[in-house]
Amino acid sequence: MSNYKMNVLICGGTGCKAAESANIQARFKNILEEKSLEDEVQVIMTGCFGFCEQGPIVKILPDNTFYVRVTPSDIEEIVMEHFIKGRPVERLLYKDPKTKESVPATKGMDFYKKQLRIALRNCGFINPERIEEYIARDGYLALATCLTEKTPAEVIGEIKESGLRGRGGGGFPTGLKWELTAKSVSDKKYVVCNADEGDPGAFMDRSILEGDPHSVIEAMAICGYCIGADEGVVYIRAEYPLAIERLKIAIKQARESGLLGKNIFGTEFNFDIELRYGAGAFVCGEETALIHSMEGLRGEPTFKPPFPSQEGYMKKPTNVNNVETFANVPVIINKGASWFNKIGTEKSKGTKVFALAGKINNVGLIEVPMGTTLREVIYEIGGGIKDGKEFKSVQTGGPSGGCLTKKFLDTPIDYDNLIAAGSMMGSGGMIVMDEDDCMVSIAKFYLEFTLEESCGKCSPCRIGNKRLHEILDKITQGKGKEEDIERLQELSHVIKDTSLCGLGQSSPNPVLSTILNFRDEYLAHVKDGKCPAGQCKAMLKYTINEENCTGCTLCFRNCPVGAITGERRAPHFIDQALCIKCGVCYEKCKFDAVKLA
Amino acid sequence: METVNLTIDKKQLVVNKGITILEAAKGMGVQIPTLCHMKLDDLNIENRPGGCRVCVVEVEGRKNLAPACCTEVQDGMVINTHNMRVINARRTVVELILSDHPFDCLVCAKSGNCELQDMAHNLGIREIHYQGEQSTYREDTSPAIIRDVDKCIMCRRCEMMCNEVQTVGVLSAINRGFNSVVAPAFEMNLDHSVCTYCGQCVAVCPTGALTEVDETAKVIRALSDPEKTVIVQTAPAVRAALGEEFGMEPGTLVTGKLVSSLKRLGFDHVFDTDFAADLTIMEEGTELLGRLNKFLGGDKSVKLPILTSCCPAWVKFFEHQFSSLKDIPSTARSPQQMFGSIAKTYFADKLGIKRENLVVVSIMPCVAKKYERGRDEFKVNGNPDVDHVLTTRELAALIKLSNIDFNSLPNDDFDQPLGESTGAAVIFGTTGGVIEAAIRTAYEIQTGKELPRLDFEELRGMEGIRKATIDFNGLPVNIGIAHGLGNARKLLEDIQSGKSEFHAIEIMSCPGGCIGGGGQPYHHGNAEILKKRQKAIYLEDKNKTLRKSHENPYIKKLYEEFLGNPMSEKAHHLLHTEYFDRTK
Repeated sequence: MSNYKMNVLICGGTGCKAAESANIQARFKNILEEKSLEDEVQVIMTGCFGFCEQGPIVKILPDNTFYVRVTPSDIEEIVMEHFIKGRPVERLLYKDPKTKESVPATKGMDFYKKQLRIALRNCGFINPERIEEYIARDGYLALATCLTEKTPAEVIGEIKESGLRGRGGGGFPTGLKWELTAKSVSDKKYVVCNADEGDPGAFMDRSILEGDPHSVIEAMAICGYCIGADEGVVYIRAEYPLAIERLKIAIKQARESGLLGKNIFGTEFNFDIELRYGAGAFVCGEETALIHSMEGLRGEPTFKPPFPSQEGYMKKPTNVNNVETFANVPVIINKGASWFNKIGTEKSKGTKVFALAGKINNVGLIEVPMGTTLREVIYEIGGGIKDGKEFKSVQTGGPSGGCLTKKFLDTPIDYDNLIAAGSMMGSGGMIVMDEDDCMVSIAKFYLEFTLEESCGKCSPCRIGNKRLHEILDKITQGKGKEEDIERLQELSHVIKDTSLCGLGQSSPNPVLSTILNFRDEYLAHVKDGKCPAGQCKAMLKYTINEENCTGCTLCFRNCPVGAITGERRAPHFIDQALCIKCGVCYEKCKFDAVKLA
Repeated sequence: METVNLTIDKKQLVVNKGITILEAAKGMGVQIPTLCHMKLDDLNIENRPGGCRVCVVEVEGRKNLAPACCTEVQDGMVINTHNMRVINARRTVVELILSDHPFDCLVCAKSGNCELQDMAHNLGIREIHYQGEQSTYREDTSPAIIRDVDKCIMCRRCEMMCNEVQTVGVLSAINRGFNSVVAPAFEMNLDHSVCTYCGQCVAVCPTGALTEVDETAKVIRALSDPEKTVIVQTAPAVRAALGEEFGMEPGTLVTGKLVSSLKRLGFDHVFDTDFAADLTIMEEGTELLGRLNKFLGGDKSVKLPILTSCCPAWVKFFEHQFSSLKDIPSTARSPQQMFGSIAKTYFADKLGIKRENLVVVSIMPCVAKKYERGRDEFKVNGNPDVDHVLTTRELAALIKLSNIDFNSLPNDDFDQPLGESTGAAVIFGTTGGVIEAAIRTAYEIQTGKELPRLDFEELRGMEGIRKATIDFNGLPVNIGIAHGLGNARKLLEDIQSGKSEFHAIEIMSCPGGCIGGGGQPYHHGNAEILKKRQKAIYLEDKNKTLRKSHENPYIKKLYEEFLGNPMSEKAHHLLHTEYFDRTK
């Protein structure tokens, strides 16, 4: 980067790319050439900056100016004003929602203030398609240190001491997993990177692979060295074309640089990586299902033991770790376990990446130290609830997590606290709900997901989740009975108790946690026939107040199904049998005559 | 052997390390219910997906219940197999399975033999608390097997048999969640797949999801048609298993009662497929010797080993998967088809009736025979040599339907001329039997000497692949035997790679041979039943006066009166066949 006076970093994550960041890059190049600035200003497509709500994002170095919601038509102005005249384009700067003032750099933004980026350290900073940029940020130093200065046992000891736990959901101690696989005796072993990210709304792993693929490659090689494997496989969803492309480029570059292949760093260690594409089945995130899918079999879990560390891919000992887990490894080696284990809580060390979504102002990807509270994440980093609405619940742990209420807002986030609160860490999905969200419908939504994604192998998950969904559906249709709530709980407990894998063992969590925390809302549905959030259409009833109705016919003219009748200047009526509860009459009425019950 | 100490239902016990909770409990008289699990001891067949979750037990200290069928015992385990938590979970799981199962038990083909029905009964389920939508899938009817997937409980036994045991690879679970079904790839129908119709999926299906095509009504119609002469042939393995359907001990031979019942049913002539088995030996044995002697004489165009061809599923298997070897199997038709061919020519002539008015019914331990009888090469002007095939189970149902008290029937004898047989023909019913029968005849023809012994113990047993060298008076003949198509595959791959040292190989598709056929009374995972049937077959052989096919007087007569010699042109036309390349 040193020959250029300025660097333009354009977010090349999937979200910003969808919002024309490639055109922004092209526009920059054109205009810079036009102005003969191409040797002065370098344009780089980076990985995700995380602040997706404000994308496409363009960052200018060395002054750290952070432009948001940039469009191709803004580029000329940035070049003319900022690059040539040295005046940042004020209108493209981020505005603090509270002070309404422009914040030129990330360090002044609430979204970034409390973040600590370890796994995402290079995302939005380097060009992921150039290995030199990764190396310039101490890339492959950890691998070199391990291969030339440490024994596998020492490296495993370092990982164990760091307290790193699996970031894919289970939270199993990574060092211990490596140790178990290292101890398995076999002529062949495998390192597998689980990049089958499947939680709705989650894109932690995708962002790492798109923004910093080498960190995962380096960590896999380190793991291979530790456990005695010479082959690594990344199992990645085929729906991640950009991540796949960048991984392919990274693997090719690593091979060309001798960082993958034979005799790495002149040692006897050989290691190479290939890709295997998943068809997007959620259950393939479960490691035994993932391994079966890699083998060309149906992606469905099998009973453990044997654990993959004993008998995994091709019946050989296999170490499976998630993308984010791997991304932490090189930093731990470079900075030391004692640096890493000072971050976080007693039993959960380091940071965690979350995908913030739902009714929150700052939707995006964040990385915070373990122990950060939900309140800090939602209100400070997330900028609070959209449209000034009331916070109702936050769902963590993806579709198998739980919905936590206000009383848990000050809970420090770590593996054990979230489980104690009735949810789980999961892979890092975090969906915020406000007063307009119906918790019965939310539970139903998640059940719909697990229902689709159940592999169908074991009966409680295959049929039990279907029955849970049917009962929830009945309740949202206004046909539920009070005993349905107990039935939901009973069935949920049996499904959790008897299911074969983690999917079924956790799929009823949204049901149980919403009943536990929002029982009143369930009761309102089954006893009073009302949906307090007004989301369950079947339970809504639109009527016209005769006194207020002026007979303006506006509702009559807008009703899409002809459910409204009445003469001009006389009160109108809604035929309940025809009404589809679309709410158009309610929105159109200027006299507050349409009432919602 | 290392042992572990554990406690099951408050009783302490010491068991061998490596066994499952299910096995440990069984050893102490605790019968943990299972549904998907199935283990055929000694045959190396086990289905253990851990999918139904009926066998869950509580292991103290564990968060979730553990499936007893796949959880290994560990030292210090404290296990409760039937406390409230376990019973509630188990019943709920079965209720869930029932909630996604058609409620047509009263008219289901599997009623009375259904393991799900038994499970519901044993758990005392009187109400299904979780009612809802039932998964539905189109019915698939093939020439031999009907798939009614609505009744599938995803135990995956069929899949295991099809893929692991038979290596046919037709059935596998597809789709996801509630819509999961076991089906051929791309949701093809069976008759478009490489299915061999071996029927092992049918043999192990715990419910009515997989059944044979029922031809009982057609047989009843034929029997009541005054225009038709209806004759029946019964395969050797049927007599060793039919009694089970009437509450008899497995391995009870019911040959006499079988004949009696068929006569009561109104068949005009009751014959024996064993007659045709003796005929098969004459043809196949001659063919074997012909090829062997040419080979030994240095004729490089002769291919060895010769493979038996009695099993229609095996024939379809190599036509699909090893079509390059299709000139290796014997060209001899199966006994069923030889019988049909002789019946509709030689016997019809004797009766002086047209073949169209002679109806040939087979009683077979097999569902693939239903497919075989429909093959075009076994028809003359569209009229099949064999008209209908009933499985052992279908015959039992027909006997019950016809008010026949099977157990109190007197013994009766087969009719002549197509009812006489030797012990060599009887053993066609078990793995190893065809080749042993062939040796008894081929030896005497080849050497011109009388066999010093008739029992070839080295060819018998339940090992999946067996090998023996038989001394043909100084000429060592290498024999291979495989039962189960997965085992057959291994021998075929050796042939393909030129590694095979055998001169002759017997192959049967079903584990155990025809005694374990897909049309036999259900064994419900009890391998002892197969062994007892096998014992019965060898007992029947021992009790026969004639034990070598070439000594069957009616066979001799058939050649004298009609066929000429084995492998004659007429024999070739009526008793041999050709194979087709079904590679897609």
